[in-house]
Amino acid sequence: MSFEWPWQYSFPPFFTLQPNVDTRQKQLAAWCSLALSYCRHHKLYTLDVMEAQESPVFNNKKIERKLSMEAIQVVFEELRKKGNLDWLDKNKSRCLVMWRRPEEWGKLIHQWVSKIGMVNSVFTLYELSNGDDTEGEEFHGLEDWMLLRSLQALQADGKAEIITMDDGKGVKFF
Amino acid sequence: MDRFSWSNGLLEINETLVIQQRGVRLYDGDDKAKLDVGVALLSTHRLIWRDNWCHSMPLSQILLFEEQAAGIGKSAKIVIHLQATPANKEPGPYQHSKYSFIKLSFKEHGQIEFYRRLTEEMTRKRWENTPASQPIPIGTGSQAGRTRAVGIVGIERKIEEKRKETDKNISEAFEDLSKLMVKAKEMVELSRSIANKIKDKQFGLRSYLLSMGIADPVTRETHGSGTHYHMQLAKQLDDMLQAPLEERGGMMALTEVYCLVNRARGMELLSPEDLVNACKMFESLKLPLRLRVFDSGVMVVQLQSHSEEEMIASALDNVSDKGSLTAEEFAKLLGLSVLLSKERLLLAEKMGHLCRDDSVEGLRFYPNLF
Repeated sequence: MSFEWPWQYSFPPFFTLQPNVDTRQKQLAAWCSLALSYCRHHKLYTLDVMEAQESPVFNNKKIERKLSMEAIQVVFEELRKKGNLDWLDKNKSRCLVMWRRPEEWGKLIHQWVSKIGMVNSVFTLYELSNGDDTEGEEFHGLEDWMLLRSLQALQADGKAEIITMDDGKGVKFF
Repeated sequence: MDRFSWSNGLLEINETLVIQQRGVRLYDGDDKAKLDVGVALLSTHRLIWRDNWCHSMPLSQILLFEEQAAGIGKSAKIVIHLQATPANKEPGPYQHSKYSFIKLSFKEHGQIEFYRRLTEEMTRKRWENTPASQPIPIGTGSQAGRTRAVGIVGIERKIEEKRKETDKNISEAFEDLSKLMVKAKEMVELSRSIANKIKDKQFGLRSYLLSMGIADPVTRETHGSGTHYHMQLAKQLDDMLQAPLEERGGMMALTEVYCLVNRARGMELLSPEDLVNACKMFESLKLPLRLRVFDSGVMVVQLQSHSEEEMIASALDNVSDKGSLTAEEFAKLLGLSVLLSKERLLLAEKMGHLCRDDSVEGLRFYPNLF
């Protein structure tokens, strides 16, 4: 299924950072939503800022408009504030995009575990992300770092415990 | 300094003022005269100096004159060498002097123009053509030297004479700019009399004539400086600006107002500070004009009846109609100046009706669809 661009994508002012505060809020909300859904659609988990400027998300060749570097940084900062983005380095050149927040993933995983009645069992991380049983689940194929964060979120909530084993990590659900 | 005679400061018939300069101190020869700094006036006939009192000297007394450049701590001067005192000279501030030259010291500059005018007058020697006679009080008496007129023929002759005089005035006035300056007062009178004759029948012509010259401009000399002056000025501005404001959709940039007003005045130009101060008084004087300052610092004068909300609403319509507009396109559409059209678009953006598209192609405004 091809990605559906939102109406703003063809609206030239969308690519200019609006000075009017109220307008800007709406604009940034639209940008965050677009960036996240694009990443979700293409299963992108990391973004390189330099590459992002040339990516179709921030660069609409059809109307010859693209977001300035300054504006991209503003969008990323907005995403970070909302918990959907984490910088991988101090220079802010690469970031993790969490189009679903760790807490949300954690909830999904826990729901599945409850559904199959395996609470109180121990799973390896590999089982969760790549096991046969989880095929078809949304979190199947989830990258390790994301999975770990999700489980950490559950742990913080008291719904799981991460166990370190000989050959890796495992998790027990409550 | 003993060549000067007391004077009442009035110009005589046929005598015209050429230039005046304030901040002038007189020197009797090399010594400072026992007078304060005052105003030096040059007319077609005399050199006049005025402070609390006034004295003058016929230009025919001048033998020769030269410039003396300014030095450290010394102002520029004009040194004037004089002929011997005539026997029938009227009394003046000095009974006698050992010097036969005076100096004018220009403490507030202006010596270059004064020197130039003095040279001109001394070359033209206009006082020889039109001997000055006693000043006549305004409003009474007939003028000597006119053709005596009797009957219809006389009246016709007088009208013909008047027409020739007017013709001569007009052609002379446009000959030379400095001559125009002198004729300006007469021109203003002329335009006013023509305007009165036409009255309101030909409105366009009248407004053009009025834009050429206002009789009796409100000046600092007539009305003093300070608030009273600004109040009078504000009233005059109100009269002047009604028509131009209507034409321009109710709003004019202050710079446009400045140009319009000063072009109309001719002489006695307004300074920018005076204009702004007068405009600030609109509200307190309950005049139907307002001075308004935009966020960017641009100042405009607008009619009080002018509603900016309506303007913004109509701006949104215009932009929606055309999809998007730049400031230039909007200006062309409405017949506004680009500056004012941009201000209006910015205001509409500030109110959230429009949003902007800033690219290499320029700045465009779209309806705010966000």
